[in-house]
Amino acid sequence: MDLSLYNKVFENRLRLQIMGVLLANEDYDFSSLKELLEATDGNLASNLKTLEKEGYITVEKSFVDRKPHTRYRKTTKGQKAFADHLTALENLIKQQYK
Amino acid sequence: MDQKDLIKEIGHIRSIMEKSSKFLSISGLSGVLIGMYALLGAFFAYQKVYGLGGFTYRNHYVTDEGVVVYLAILALLVLALSLGTSVLMAKRKAKRLKQAIWNPTSKAMLAAMAFPLLTGGLLTMIFVCKGYFALIAATLLIFYGLALAAGSVYTFKEVRWLGILEITLGLLALLFPGYGLWFWVVGFGLLHIVYGFIVYKKYE
Repeated sequence: MDLSLYNKVFENRLRLQIMGVLLANEDYDFSSLKELLEATDGNLASNLKTLEKEGYITVEKSFVDRKPHTRYRKTTKGQKAFADHLTALENLIKQQYK
Repeated sequence: MDQKDLIKEIGHIRSIMEKSSKFLSISGLSGVLIGMYALLGAFFAYQKVYGLGGFTYRNHYVTDEGVVVYLAILALLVLALSLGTSVLMAKRKAKRLKQAIWNPTSKAMLAAMAFPLLTGGLLTMIFVCKGYFALIAATLLIFYGLALAAGSVYTFKEVRWLGILEITLGLLALLFPGYGLWFWVVGFGLLHIVYGFIVYKKYE
């Protein structure tokens, strides 16, 4: 079976979810992500860091009312990686049906 | 991972993507209530202008000073009541869905709706100042429809249809001046009730 599309980065559930949210939206901020995914600060931050290091997302820091406000965006690379990974999962399912 | 886990996982991702990009806390029942307020408002407006005596000569002309003020206050009252009901019931539904009512999606939706609504509102005020009363009913329907169509990207697709129908009614109201109240009865009353019922049946 061809598993070349399967992506180890997305084995972590939270990372896959983050990527899904960023695929569906132009951008998303940290606190909204936290609320939506019901994640802790530390867990969310470290997984966002991983995605950033992979070049799947970009980070944009600014200040709103003197509070830090961090926005995340997908990159073209991240978009492709997410789509490929979903294709891999799909293939896995099809494989098991056979 | 076995197959069931995989399918569940993909379904979960799908729902997260939808939840993050669509504001689904709009309550169908609030649509029904808004429609009823509109019908009630229309009844009082009709009574003021035509009286209760059935199909007789009208007692007042809409352009009489007192009548205009009465109708404007009535319309604003219905508007305030409708907005209040929508927000309150959306809050309740958001709580049930464990979704925040003030999130990036609802903000984007309101921003998309703001331009047509503000433009329509200002245009209506200009018409009032200039005395073009005949154009008001149609204008408000059209711009309300445009606002719904713009905001519908962020919520149920039924809202898009509601918007398109409101725009159509507004255009028709321009073609048949003098029947503004009836177009409002259909647009703000009946359409909201039907739409609200469909959303309630389908999603709640």
